[in-house]
Amino acid sequence: MGIFDYFKSKSAPSSASVAKDRLQIIVAHERSKRHQPDYLPQMQQEIIDVIRKYVNIGSEDVQIQLDNTDDCSILELNVTLPEQN
Amino acid sequence: MAKIIVVTSGKGGVGKTTSSAAIGTGIALKGHKTVIIDFDVGLRNLDLIMGCERRVVYDFVNVINKEATLSQALIKDKRTKDLFILPASQTRDKDALTIEGVQEVLEELAKEFEYIICDSPAGIEKGAQMALYFADAAIVVTNPEVSSVRDSDRILGILQSKSKRAEDGKAPIEEHLLLTRYHPGRVALGEMLSVSDVEDILAIPLLGVIPESEAVLKASNQGTPVILDTASEAGLAYMDAVDRLMGEERPLRFLEVQKKGFIKRLLGG
Repeated sequence: MGIFDYFKSKSAPSSASVAKDRLQIIVAHERSKRHQPDYLPQMQQEIIDVIRKYVNIGSEDVQIQLDNTDDCSILELNVTLPEQN
Repeated sequence: MAKIIVVTSGKGGVGKTTSSAAIGTGIALKGHKTVIIDFDVGLRNLDLIMGCERRVVYDFVNVINKEATLSQALIKDKRTKDLFILPASQTRDKDALTIEGVQEVLEELAKEFEYIICDSPAGIEKGAQMALYFADAAIVVTNPEVSSVRDSDRILGILQSKSKRAEDGKAPIEEHLLLTRYHPGRVALGEMLSVSDVEDILAIPLLGVIPESEAVLKASNQGTPVILDTASEAGLAYMDAVDRLMGEERPLRFLEVQKKGFIKRLLGG
């Protein structure tokens, strides 16, 4: 760090703190997925296939999420149906 | 009963083999009979770091396939009493290691050795899973850098779910964080994650911090574990880590910025 660095703006966060923030978010996200059962991706695909038999949707129109609380697991299924013509 | 310790990281190039060699040597220096096993089948390097590459005749896979006995494959370290190395094979066959084969070798080693250090390959594939499967303790080698920290967290997840201890519902693997290539000057400038940043994210007990040091490359050039270089900060930091692993209290050191003269700082040296 030379003399000119002292004149630079001090307001920007350091790159290390940016790294820490990014890591905390991604690690928390990946940990929440860690305890998902192995069958979830396949089940998700099959649910999409069943819905597709009746409604024309893309795979991005279905969101499936499994939330585990203490003694209760909630499978949340969110389907965006196409607009009626 | 032997203690099986895996040295792992997920990411490659963070210092697993350097750390396995240093820590294995350090434990043996304390008078415990120790063996270091190279699990990196196809890319063996522990032999080079330990300086015994010209003495490899038989390897881990030969023992598993019963082409050689364990005593034929074990290489006795020339410098450190009570220390042995079991080299990996250079075969390209990734399925050379089997759970049953590894278990058999570990059980036989456990009769004779107090500590078995498993030097894991990088990645989360079969080789890495095999290295950690039977472990009682894990040393997770991490650099203060985003991809290494993330991969370490990934490996922690595997330790907690895919190890024998996890599958058998036994007490979980003891986890230890070893932070390597630490640069106190860059941490002070906010350019590198600090020890406490990494501890906050990974949330496992800290075994040691190894400062970035020229001694590490010098040691590997010469085939000498860096822990034997007692004039180097890295060597001393590894010895501290071994002491902590053995349950002794050692304060952290080499974490402060070395003071530079005013003129040097002014010129940005």
